[in-house]
Amino acid sequence: MSAPLSGPGSAPQAPGREPARPGLPRTSRTARQHAPITATGLVVKVVLLGLVAGIAIWAAFPLIEAEHWIGLGILVATTAGLFYLYLSRRHIPAKYLVPGTLFLIAFQVFPVLYTASTAFTNFGDGHRGSKDDAIVAVQTSSVKQVPGSTEYNLTIATKGDPASGPLVFLLSDPKTKDVFAGDADGLRKLDAADVEVSSLSGKITAADGYTLLNIGQASSRSDAVTALIVPTDEGAIRSNGLTRAYEGKAIRAYDAGCDCVKDSETGKTWTADEESGSFVAADGERLAQGWKVDVGLKNFSTVLTDPNISGPFFGTLAWNFAFAIGSTGLTFLLGMAIALALHSPRMRGTNFYRVLLILPYAMPSFAMLLIWRDMFNTDFGLLNNLFGLDVDWFGGNWSARIAVLLVQLWLGYPYMFLVATGALQAIPRELTEATSVDGASPWQSFRSVTLPLLLVALSPLLIASFAYNFNNVNAILFTTEGGPFAPDNPTNGATDLLITYTYRLAFGAQGAEFGLAATVSIFIFAIVATVSAISFRRTRKQEEVYS
Amino acid sequence: MRIRTAGVVAVLGLALAASGCGDSGSDDKPAAGESAKATGGKLVIWADDKRTAALKPFAEEFGKENGVTVEVQAVSKDLQTNFVTASQQGSGPDVVVGAHDWIGNLVQNGAIDPVQLPAEQKSGFNETAIKAVTFNGQLYGVPYATENVALIRNTELAPEAPKTIEDLVATGKKLKAEKKASEILCLQSGQNGDAYHIYPLYTSGGGYLFGTTANGDYDPKDLGVGKPESIAAFQKIAKLGEKGEGALKRSITGENSIATFTGKKCAFLVSGPWAVADAKKANISYDISPVPGFAGGQEAQPFVGVQAFYVAAKGKNKALAQEFVTNYVTKPELAVALYKAEPRPPALTAAFDQVKGEDPDLAKFSEAGKNGQVLPAIPAMAAIWDPFGKAEAAIIGGADPAKTITAAGKTIQGQIK
Repeated sequence: MSAPLSGPGSAPQAPGREPARPGLPRTSRTARQHAPITATGLVVKVVLLGLVAGIAIWAAFPLIEAEHWIGLGILVATTAGLFYLYLSRRHIPAKYLVPGTLFLIAFQVFPVLYTASTAFTNFGDGHRGSKDDAIVAVQTSSVKQVPGSTEYNLTIATKGDPASGPLVFLLSDPKTKDVFAGDADGLRKLDAADVEVSSLSGKITAADGYTLLNIGQASSRSDAVTALIVPTDEGAIRSNGLTRAYEGKAIRAYDAGCDCVKDSETGKTWTADEESGSFVAADGERLAQGWKVDVGLKNFSTVLTDPNISGPFFGTLAWNFAFAIGSTGLTFLLGMAIALALHSPRMRGTNFYRVLLILPYAMPSFAMLLIWRDMFNTDFGLLNNLFGLDVDWFGGNWSARIAVLLVQLWLGYPYMFLVATGALQAIPRELTEATSVDGASPWQSFRSVTLPLLLVALSPLLIASFAYNFNNVNAILFTTEGGPFAPDNPTNGATDLLITYTYRLAFGAQGAEFGLAATVSIFIFAIVATVSAISFRRTRKQEEVYS
Repeated sequence: MRIRTAGVVAVLGLALAASGCGDSGSDDKPAAGESAKATGGKLVIWADDKRTAALKPFAEEFGKENGVTVEVQAVSKDLQTNFVTASQQGSGPDVVVGAHDWIGNLVQNGAIDPVQLPAEQKSGFNETAIKAVTFNGQLYGVPYATENVALIRNTELAPEAPKTIEDLVATGKKLKAEKKASEILCLQSGQNGDAYHIYPLYTSGGGYLFGTTANGDYDPKDLGVGKPESIAAFQKIAKLGEKGEGALKRSITGENSIATFTGKKCAFLVSGPWAVADAKKANISYDISPVPGFAGGQEAQPFVGVQAFYVAAKGKNKALAQEFVTNYVTKPELAVALYKAEPRPPALTAAFDQVKGEDPDLAKFSEAGKNGQVLPAIPAMAAIWDPFGKAEAAIIGGADPAKTITAAGKTIQGQIK
């Protein structure tokens, strides 16, 4: 699809007709103050500001809970600022500019900054959380049942109130029928006469001096149940669910002294490496659970120096440009040609044709891409069967590229047709009539009058369409998936765009590597931004020429 | 003027207060409602669409029995990624249902906790299933179903189960010559290959993915792709490819392989239990047998995958989650219900025996997977899929096996940390 969702200024505007500035006399200060306050205006203002306040309060609770004071400060300052701005009668221009600016910051600036900051970290699978998270994960995943230890039937009880009293584990040994009470101080044997044990489940159903919690009550205090660990000589008794307990031991423990994890079974140690955010043993073995650290410019140097990434980079970049220019250019040419044909006053039934031509645009592009992929199948595809061909479309480099561009053309030309039709109707017919009076051929008239005027109106759209197609992931992932791939290089295919190539690099290996992905997207951002900036500058020159 | 401004401020103050109160009010309400309904905690389970439907009645029953609230939420897309991300944010579920090859990634992200199953419960499960959910010597999930591919054949076209792949090709070619079928074999590959479906042939040719360590775990340091065995295996596969017998083709994809089989255009299909429903719907008389290997080659071993329940490490109600996973999921009735929602062989032996009688296909699939290899759950496996599949596709298309698979091995090695 070449249709950008938020293309700049999609309403075509006739060149040379800038909105007139009716040079109103500058309103005086007093006049403004006496501007009437209408009831509707007041209601709208109150509702909107009330909404702002409501959203601010809604956002404040999680921030307070997370003790995120900077975020809270920003929230309070923004809200106060908004109230000041719209309650005061000054700063008229700011009243118009601030909402747009806020949305720009929230939806454009902030994601860009966040991506940029991620590029300096190793954020990704295995390095998502903090070091403390990693330590907890290492320890809990190393808890093993003490060999030959008892599996107890568990009842959760308390001496106080079921909702808040300190918890006690009432344990019964299914083999010896011994009963125990356990808490953080340790395990005590109970007198069998003081408790009732169910013969069916083997669980303690009543005990003197204790209030028993049913599963519902116990589950509402899940954290306390999980946290209660009854120390024993061999390890500790932990709950396994709410009805069973086992004697387990964490084989691996973190030692803050040496900043390392020790395995008590094998004696192996893994020392924390703050550079890579993982625990590394002397022999180079890493624990799977790592944490997120800043890695400085490492991702950038990887992109520039790793032969797997930088090697095919320029080839991919060249095709990427060819794809974006090809998609935009071909759709524009076809769309404009059809628009011109239907614009001719001699044409009959234009509305019927227009409806037909819009159809591809009206269908969901996701589904269309998948259908096109199947139509290009060598043996079962419609294209080969219909034309009696035997082309391995997605198997050859150039046939795959042509196929992708064909799909793009089909999906994208209705959009170009639409905007070109609009722009054509805004060009006064007198101009072309004047050229024919002057004796210009239709081609000359198109070449020197219609096309330049069209381009002035459509250039921004063409640039937007170019930028969109430059990163058109769907067009590739749903059709060729970047293929065909050279037999000796499975990481880079003939139809890969930079973005699909990045996607494979960042998410293809051992899980997601968001840090690396963010870095490559910064490079892509730089390329697209440069191209767009140059194009817009040229467009502006064009406007100056023709206006 | 002054009065008006004051009025504005007053009204605004009211609006502010109202919206503020309304908000905190709506915050309190659900909490109050819950405590009135059930005194206990809340258990949140994430599963894919099909399983959510099957789980719901059982989850509700569990909730009623124990006086707790149970919510089963369907996550229809990217369940694993969503689970890892949500866990990190602290908004994840207490229990998640998924394939066993997620374990490596879930563990490295600290997203799941080991499960303690007593020995007598463990022995109730299919041994392969328990092996699949064991990672680094710890049990990480409670399995409920296994799955593997087998050879499904149209018995009208091919009454006899082929003993070797050569037999199969001979039958297929004959059918093609007689115009009874247009393809020899429906084994999905596509332009980018499919490591999962080609694996039986790869193992029969002598190839392997990872060696095993002393304790039976897969060893990422011993990568089999690119080794001489893998080259030999792919040389045999190349002979079945487009430049050879034409039994393996890139034009047969995941989207059209089952449809081509049910359309009676090929007599043989390599697929899993999920294909059976389509075959039944198309009224095809079919039979299921193990995927045959090369004549004189090794046994063809399919991948065995396992579906399991996991306890989230950062869940809000871990104790209840453990209770559900270890004591409730291990009940045969639940396994049978899940089987009915989607017919994959239950991992619980008791449940398997119960449904075996009603469904002969199940035993055949299970027979085909008997000598299968557990799909590696180590994180390094993620680096295999893409390069391996592409090498497969290139070789089927006629590329040089030795060069291609060596390059794939190098790429994979470079991605394994």
